[in-house]
This record gives sequence, structure tokens and C-alpha cells, in this order.
Amino acid sequence: MEYSLLILVTPFVLFLLLGLTGHKMKHHVAGFIGTLGMGLAAVLSYVVAFQYFFVIGKTGGIFKELIPMSFEWLRFTDKLHIELGILLDPISVMMLVVITTVSLMVHLYSLGYMHGEKGFQRYYAFLSLFSFSMLGLVVATNIFQMYIFWELVGVSSYSLIGFYYQKPSAVAASKKAFIVTRFADLGFLVGILILSFYTGTFDFGALTANNAELAVTSMQGLSFMGLSIGAWAMALIFMGGAGKSAMFPLHIWLPDAMEGPTPVSALIHAATMVVAGVFLVARLFPVYLFAAPEVLTLIAYIGTFTALFAAIIAVTQTDIKRVLAFSTISQIAYMMVSLGVSGYGGHDGVGYMASMFHLFTHAFFKALLFLGAGSVIHAVHSNEMKDMGRLHKYMPVSSITFFIACLAIAGIPPFSGFFSKDEILAAALHHDKLIFFVMLFVAGLTAFYMFRLYFNIFWGKEKEYDNHHKPHESPALMTVPLIILAIFSVFTGLIPFPEFITADRMSFAAHIEWGTVAIPSIVVALTGIVIAFVLYAKGSEKPAQIAKSLGGFYAATVNKFYLDEVWMFITKSVIFKLISEPIKWFDRHVIDGAMNGLAWTTQKVSDSIKGLQSGQVQLYVWAYVVGSLVIAALVLFF
Amino acid sequence: MSILSFFVLVPVLMILFLFICRNMQQIRTVMITGASALMVLAITLTVMFIQERAAGADAEMLFTASTVWYPSLNIAYAVGVDGISVAMIALSAIIVFTGVFSSWNMNMAREYFLWYCLLSVGVFGFFISVDLFTMFMFYEVALIPMYLLIGLWGTGRKEYSAMKLTLMLMGGSAFLLIGILGIYYGSGHTSMNLLEIANNLAIPIEIQRWVFPATFLGFGVLGALFPFHTWSPDGHASAPTAVSMLHAGVLMKLGGYGCFRVAMYLMPEAAQELGWIFLILTGISVVYGAFSAVVQTDLKYINAYSSVSHCGLVLFAILMMNQTAMTGAIMQMLSHGLMTALFFALIGLIYGRTHTRDIREMGGLMKIMPFASVCYVIAGLASLGLPGFSGFVAEMTIFVGSFQHSDTFHRVLTIAACCSIVITAVYILRTVGKILYGPVQDSHHLELPDAAWYEKISTLGLIIAIAAIGLYPLGISELISNSLTPIIGKFAII
Amino acid sequence: MIKMEYYLIVSTLMFFIGIYGFVVRKNMLAILISLELVLNAVEINFAVFNRYLFPGSMEGMFFTLFGIAITAAETAIAIAIIINVYRNIGSINVRKINKMKG
Repeated sequence: MEYSLLILVTPFVLFLLLGLTGHKMKHHVAGFIGTLGMGLAAVLSYVVAFQYFFVIGKTGGIFKELIPMSFEWLRFTDKLHIELGILLDPISVMMLVVITTVSLMVHLYSLGYMHGEKGFQRYYAFLSLFSFSMLGLVVATNIFQMYIFWELVGVSSYSLIGFYYQKPSAVAASKKAFIVTRFADLGFLVGILILSFYTGTFDFGALTANNAELAVTSMQGLSFMGLSIGAWAMALIFMGGAGKSAMFPLHIWLPDAMEGPTPVSALIHAATMVVAGVFLVARLFPVYLFAAPEVLTLIAYIGTFTALFAAIIAVTQTDIKRVLAFSTISQIAYMMVSLGVSGYGGHDGVGYMASMFHLFTHAFFKALLFLGAGSVIHAVHSNEMKDMGRLHKYMPVSSITFFIACLAIAGIPPFSGFFSKDEILAAALHHDKLIFFVMLFVAGLTAFYMFRLYFNIFWGKEKEYDNHHKPHESPALMTVPLIILAIFSVFTGLIPFPEFITADRMSFAAHIEWGTVAIPSIVVALTGIVIAFVLYAKGSEKPAQIAKSLGGFYAATVNKFYLDEVWMFITKSVIFKLISEPIKWFDRHVIDGAMNGLAWTTQKVSDSIKGLQSGQVQLYVWAYVVGSLVIAALVLFF
Repeated sequence: MSILSFFVLVPVLMILFLFICRNMQQIRTVMITGASALMVLAITLTVMFIQERAAGADAEMLFTASTVWYPSLNIAYAVGVDGISVAMIALSAIIVFTGVFSSWNMNMAREYFLWYCLLSVGVFGFFISVDLFTMFMFYEVALIPMYLLIGLWGTGRKEYSAMKLTLMLMGGSAFLLIGILGIYYGSGHTSMNLLEIANNLAIPIEIQRWVFPATFLGFGVLGALFPFHTWSPDGHASAPTAVSMLHAGVLMKLGGYGCFRVAMYLMPEAAQELGWIFLILTGISVVYGAFSAVVQTDLKYINAYSSVSHCGLVLFAILMMNQTAMTGAIMQMLSHGLMTALFFALIGLIYGRTHTRDIREMGGLMKIMPFASVCYVIAGLASLGLPGFSGFVAEMTIFVGSFQHSDTFHRVLTIAACCSIVITAVYILRTVGKILYGPVQDSHHLELPDAAWYEKISTLGLIIAIAAIGLYPLGISELISNSLTPIIGKFAII
Repeated sequence: MIKMEYYLIVSTLMFFIGIYGFVVRKNMLAILISLELVLNAVEINFAVFNRYLFPGSMEGMFFTLFGIAITAAETAIAIAIIINVYRNIGSINVRKINKMKG
């Protein structure tokens, strides 16, 4: 399977090619090369997936970990060294497929969407860099390799969010995204340090072998502030994941990240990079489960809260990309919850399976939603819902594909979201009733806000469109990816996931629990859709009245519960005003002052005694004579 | 004559040739030829060193040579290199080379380059010496030209800064002299040879207790150890571009190298006993420097404080006293030297065009000078530790190495030092966002030209070096790590 | 024969008068004259001690002659300097010669 290396090398070479020589190329040439390369990577990863899942991966009923290649990159100590390699196991192969597919769609779509933009080549170079880093992240053989690519995806995300670098809001958003995730990465790094110190390895294989025996035994009996040291390490590593995956309270960067071009939001901030945190937890799942079960519970609760919180905010946002951003946060939280409530073997591990399943389906329908939104934005040149309405008749393809995606995310059978969400709810039901009911409610909210979005854009009232710029359907380069993704959104739910991806890598038979989970969730989702239909399909005045009756709560929701302001306060007032400014003052006045003071004292002292060295020889003689007389007298009389 | 002596000889010859130069053309020819010769020498040395090692030469130092030049005090011109010195010499050669291109259009060029070459003599001499006195002499030779270079060719409050820098560093070298004398007499057998003292003689612990702090502090001042770092922001802000490059890139490394080679190497017992005091100071340096940089508005101040933070990390890792952390420290010296030289080259480039270094007065430079701006972004990303550049490799080696320390106190300090990576991101992105992105602030800037060819050589050379270390760190890490093995043994015995 | 003490009294008086003059006078010529007094007092001492204490040898006398020669040379140089100072600043008051002071 050595050819799997090509999946990584292709985008990297493309990045170098486009980054170094792109500015000399014509736009469409650069775009074409980028897309073609990504197509190659996609085909290769399909081949790898087929080979792995159906030909060589499974031996004795278990999917093996394959390491087709690996080399030493840096050696710290005899035990700790960073290797760069490729690890193929069910989840990494699945991620390869997801990333290359969505990336290819985005490459294709961008040919139309970004047409004529300045910096088109740069855009494709960074897309390639991102694809490379993300692919490197998922095939990492050890936690440090993951950290390396983790940082690289962060940087490519930074560059792409700040693509319109002359727009101050885009620059601010990119900065915020990088710094918030960097802060989370600090936790990740410290977690890695602690984990590797006790276990003496970075290697995923060694860490997760035999139910994470290594981590369990090496960190026994050590505790700090009531939690075992293993739990601390894993919690800190989860912090890194929470930063990338936008879990509360580190989610604040994601809505702002929508400043980037829409296809970028689809690729990075919906389908791939933001699920890196989920992937990280899934990768280390045995360690979490056996060495730090407390943390897993914490993850479940943080996830539950984030899901609810983000869904509530999504209901009131008016910028369509922000609605989608909050919906992304909420859906990723679903995946986190699912991991949090999961057990290990057989049917206990349904949560793990469901999480990966949802990750898979979500990637396609959320990418579709974003690309659809991009298509709409392309047509009306605005992100605000109030500028849209009745677009169905102008852009039918976008409308229908968007509708399919909405059904998928709302969890209506037989669309893909239904199957994955259903498994998550089932896992939650068997673990914790509270989580189950909250998540069920969130499912209703999801259906409601998605259809609010849909009705507002494509139905509702006709708006005054400029005659010169009548909205029109996007070009084929943009609609074809939409259609392909729509097909994925419809059918990926039918894949028998428990056959392939499970916590213990052994297949089990999952079944849909119609009575306790599926029927209630469908009912809740339908209720949400109906409410959205009543309120928004005809463009009535009711939503405004409801908003008014909610008063402060509504205002708080629109302002995202003022969390941005809180973070702003922390950075601006605490870091800048309370730490850095005083340090600056201290440095200039106390430390430097002490140095200058020393110089000043020296100068003053020498000033005050320099009168003695007057240059008047007569004075010196006088002092000399008097001095010798005094000494003579002393010698004579004592 | 050993190959090492050429490193001193070439700059001396350059000085002689500069005297007979008549015009700018000739001066540039001399400088480029000389700097290239140094580069070639450095590459040759590296290759030769690796070959010798591969051939089984297992002496601690290779290419050793010694000529007594003051017999009654046992002072010799003794040279020798191990992997660490080779790395440092290579770094110096790169920076001297790129520095020449960064000072392409200097007024009073001949005098400028005279001092520049003298500085190079000191720097190279320091790294090749294994005799304490000769080392100290070269150290002073490197410091003095700094005063004139800043005082005459600087900008802003140049006299003040030059004076401050020189006085503080001279104050440091007074401590250093005490330390060297302490070692000289303390070892019982009046010898100045580092290797002899380290391997055959033992300095009693009572003497070490006061000699170690003096020596460490003496070199620490040059390594911007808190609270003796304040010369660095003022000095860098006033110095001309190439001098800043050389100073932050190489001269500050003299401090780290000296701390390691003299203080730690010769007095391991005291280092074990008193290291924690300096460890706390360096820990403060790391975080303090980063926080200070966050609110600065002058580009050079930002970079100077960032140097305080990064050089603090060097001393921090040296004091961790294990092989991984020390390897990281040396790599951080290399990486910081290259990065910061790149930064100063770019700041000089920008300042030369916009005539301001205040980040509030600039904006949107990416549109105006794309080449320089992209380089600046790369420098920034390297500085905040992006994988693929040298900073990441060095910092991670330091963090992982430091965290392997058996003592909890050291591990907690390591976590505190890790925090600097976030703060670094804050100030780097703040600067990049302010000056490169956003709308163009000053319409006069619109006509500014992008980097000229000589500036491109200088920046690209540094970027290639940074990326080379970042992409293939194993070679250099092994080179350093192997040289550390005999040294680390001294700490393990205790 | 005159007692040695009388010579010494004279030379001591000369010496201290010279010192006094050297310290208090501001005129460079006066200072030079005072200096001559001091030197001559010393030379008297040399001669006297040689004559009274070591009558057999002549070193003290030689030294005196040597001293006289040096004094003459010194006076010549000093007067040359004084003349030049006078030409340059129009005064030979030592207080006014402070142009070279930092």
C-alpha cells in the first residue's frame, strides 16, 4: 500500500508548485492543475479504501493497523522520537475518503466561485497546503506527527480565512482563529508532554494496544488536585481537540472564520478541519476509556451543552453563513457526545461507531449546505437573510440540493443524517437519559433553524432585486459539485458502518431502535420543520413578535450570549492592559530604570568628586606638602 | 595551520584589503568575496567534521591546534571544534554572508565594513577557541566594534543605545573575567585550556559556588538574561540593519554558547547546585519577553523582546542539563539566529522604504511589496513555531527534553515556558496583521518598490536555511546530540 | 668652620619659601622662580652633606652640578612655554590657562 504516500505527496507538490510559480500562471491553469491533482489524490484514496476495507485490511475478523511506510524525522531520546509515517486503519481510511472527496468538490466549485478573484493561484496553493496537512493529520502514526500537522492545518486555515487580506474583519477573524486554536494547542502540547513522559512513547499503536494497558499502568496512583495524572493529560489533549472542533467555550473563532471565502468554509470549517478534534478523541479512544473515563464523561457533558447552546444561537442569526457555522458547532458536539457516551466492545461501542458515522455523513451534507449558501451569496452578493427570498424560482438546482441537505441534517429518513443521528441518540439513551433528552431537543431545534434558513432563502417574500443583477443559477462548475454532494447526502446513510468502523475494530450488527429512538426523533424533527414552515414559508410577521416577547433572552442569543465580548475583555483588558502594559512599564521604568539609575549614580558621584582633579598643580603640591608634614609629624610624635 | 585559523584569517585579510579599496564597487567585491570564502570554509568544515567523525575520530574536539603566545601565564592560541561549535560557525558564516547584502548601501562603507569584519573576527575566534583567555579576548574584540557600529551608523538615540549596550556588556565581561580568573586559579593547575580543565582538573566546589554565578551571569548578560536584558531593545532599535542581524543572530549566541561551554561544562557541580536560581530567571525571561513584545509598537522593539524570550529559552534548556534539552538549546540558538536575522533584514528593508518602524503607521504592505511581505509572514510563522521551520524543531526538542527532567519543579517550569508559544502567536499575528494586511495606511507607501536583488539574496538565503533545518532536522540534531554525549556524562556522575 | 646646621637652616628656609611661592603665586614666572628656589635648596643640601659627612668623596658635588645643568635646561624650556602661552592667550596667569580642560 506504499502508493498511499502519493495521496499526501500530490497536494504538497501542488502547494510548492502553485505557491512558488503560481503567480506566473494564468488563473485557469493554476485552478486546473490544483483540481487535477486533488482528483488524483481522491482516486488514490478510493483505491486505498477499497483495498483496505475489502481486500487486505481484515484478518481474523479484525481490521488491522497497517503502516505502509514510516521514517524517523527527529529523535528526542532513545524512547521518544517523532516518526513521519502513514497509518491506515478504519478511521484514517474513512477520513482520507472524506477529505479528498470534499476537497475535490471544493476545488471544482471554486473554479466557478472564485473566478476572476485576485490571488486565485494563492487560493489554490493554500487549498493544496490545507489538503496536505489535513491528510497528514489523519494518517499520523504518532501523536507528535498529529501535532505537527495539527499546527499546519491551523496555519492553512489562518491563511484562507484571511484570504481577503485587505479587509480588516477578515484579518481580525483569521488572527482570532489562529490564536484561540493556538491557546487550545498549548493544552494539547502539555498533554502530549505529560502523556509521553509517563508512557515513554508517542506512538498511537503502543498507546492504544491491549486496551491502553501502557497508559493505565504507567500512570497508576499519581494524582493531582483530585484527578489522576492520566486524566489531566487526556483532558489537556482534549482541550486541543476542543479548540479545533469549536467546543464551548473555545468555539468563538468558528463563526468569525466565516469571513473566508465560502468554499473554504465548506472545506475547512464544516467538513474536515473542525472534526479534527473528534478524530483526535476517536484516535485515542481506548486511552480515554480505560485510563481516563472521567474525561470521557466530561466530554459528553461539554458536548451536550455545546450542542444545545450553539443550536439556540443558530435560531436567531441572520447571516446565513453564521447560521451554518453554529449548526456546525452543534453537529460536531453531537459527535463529541457520541464518543463521550460510548463503551468499547460490541454493541457497547455503538457511540464510537455513531460518532464516526455522523462525521462521515455530516461532512457531505454540511459541505453541501455551505456550497449551496455560497451559490446563493454568489447570486445576491449578500450574506444576510433579509436580502433573500423566493430564490427557488431563480436558482432551482441550488434550492433542491439545499433542501436535500436540510432534510439530511434534520434527520428525516431515508437521508443520511437520520441514520447517524439515530445511532447517536440510541447511544445516549443507553448511557444517560438527561443527555438523550437534551440531544433530542437539539435535533428538533436543528430541524427548525435549518428550515428557517431554507424557507427564508428560497421561499418567503420576493425581494426587490436589482434589474441588472437578477439572481441567476450558478454556472455548471458550481452546480455539479452541489449535485454530487447531494447524491452523497442521500445515500451515505445506507452504508453499513458497524461493519467497518467500530471501537474494537470488530464488526457488530447495529439496528435502528424504532420505538424508543427513531420515531421520537422523526416526530421532533418534523415538528421543527412544521413550525419553521408556519413561521417563515410565507414570510409572516410572527417571528418578529415572538422575538419581541422573548426580550432579553432574544437579544442575548443574537449576540451569541456575549461570549465574544467576554473573550474580547479577556484579551484586550486582561492580557493587554493588565499583564503586558504593566510589564512594559515595569521593564522601561523599574528594570531599565535601575540600569539607568546605576549609570546616573556613577555619573553623579564622579561629578561630585571631579573637583579634586582640578588640574591645578599648585593645589596638588599644597596637598602633598601638607600631607607629608602631617605624616612626618605622626612619625615623629607617635 | 589548522582549517580553523582561516576563519580568523579571512576577516583579517578582508580588513587589509578594505584599506586599499578606492570605491564602492571594490568594497563590495572584497566583502562578497570574503563572505563567500567564509561560507565555503564553513561548509568545508562541516563536511570535513562529519567525515572525520564517520571515520571514527572520537576525540571530544577535532582539528585541534595550539600555539603558546604568553608562556608565563600558560596562555595559548588553542583551537578546536566539536559539533556544537561547527553548528555555530556555520550559523555565523550564513549571517555574515547575508548581512553583507543587507548593508548594500551604507554611507562611509569602508569604515563600516572595517568594523564589520573586526566583529566577524571576534565572533569566529570565539567559537573556535578552546583557551579561556583567547576566548575572552575574542569576546571583547566582538563587543567593541558594536559600539562604533551603533554609535556611528545607527538611528534614533544611537549614542545612548550604543553606550548602554557597551557598558552593560562590559559590566558582564567584568564578571566574566572574575569567573575566568577563578577558574584559572581554582583549578589548582594554572591552565587556560578548556579541555584540560574539564577532563583532568577539578575545581573545588567551594570555588565553583562563586565562580559559576559570575561566569553564568557574565555570559548571561549577552544572552539577554532577565533582568539584564534591557540593552537589547534599545541596542537593536538603534543599530543599522546588518548590525542588528549580526548582533541578535550571532552575538547573542556567544552568550548562550559561553554559558554552556564555560559555565556549565567546567563547573557541573555548581550548576547542579545553583542552577535553579538561573532557571527561574530564564523562565521569567521566556514569558516576560513574550508579554513585553505584545504591546510594543516599534517593529524592532517587538523583535528585540521576542529575542529576549527566545534566548531565554536557550539558557532555560541549557540549565535543564539533559541531552535532549541541551540539543534543543543549541538548535534554538541556530534557529533563533537565523529567524531573527531574517526579521531584522526585513525590518531594515521595510524601514528603508517607509522610514517608519511604528506598526500603527503602516498597513497593507502585502499589496505594495509582496515579496518582502511574504518573507515577513514566513519569518513570523517560523518564529511562532510552525512545523516545517527550524523554530518548531528547536522548541519541541527543548520542551520534550525539559519535561523529561526527573524533578517536578523543572517540569512545572517547562509547562510555564510552554505558555510562551501562545503569547508569541499573539504578538506575531498582531504585527503581521497590522503592517502587512488591512488597507494601505499611507498613500505615499503605494509607490514603494519591492525588495531589490541583493535584499532578495539575503532574505532567501536565510529562509532556505530555516526551512532546511525545519524539514530535515535529524542530521543537525544528531550532530549536536553526539557532541553532547561526553559533556552530558559530567552531569550524570553527580 | 661654620656649623652644618646653619647651611641647613638656610636651605630649609629657601625650600619652604619656594614651596610657598609655588603654591600661592599665580604668575607663571614667579612659579618658575619659586621652583628654582626649591631646586637650589636641594642642591645646597647635596653640597653640604657631601662636604661635611663624606669629605672623601665627590658624588654630592657632581650631583649638584648635574642639578644645575638640568635646572638651566628646564628653565629654558619653561620660559619658552611661558612665552608661547603669553603669545597665545595674552597672559601668564595659571588660572587662565584652562583651555585644555575637559
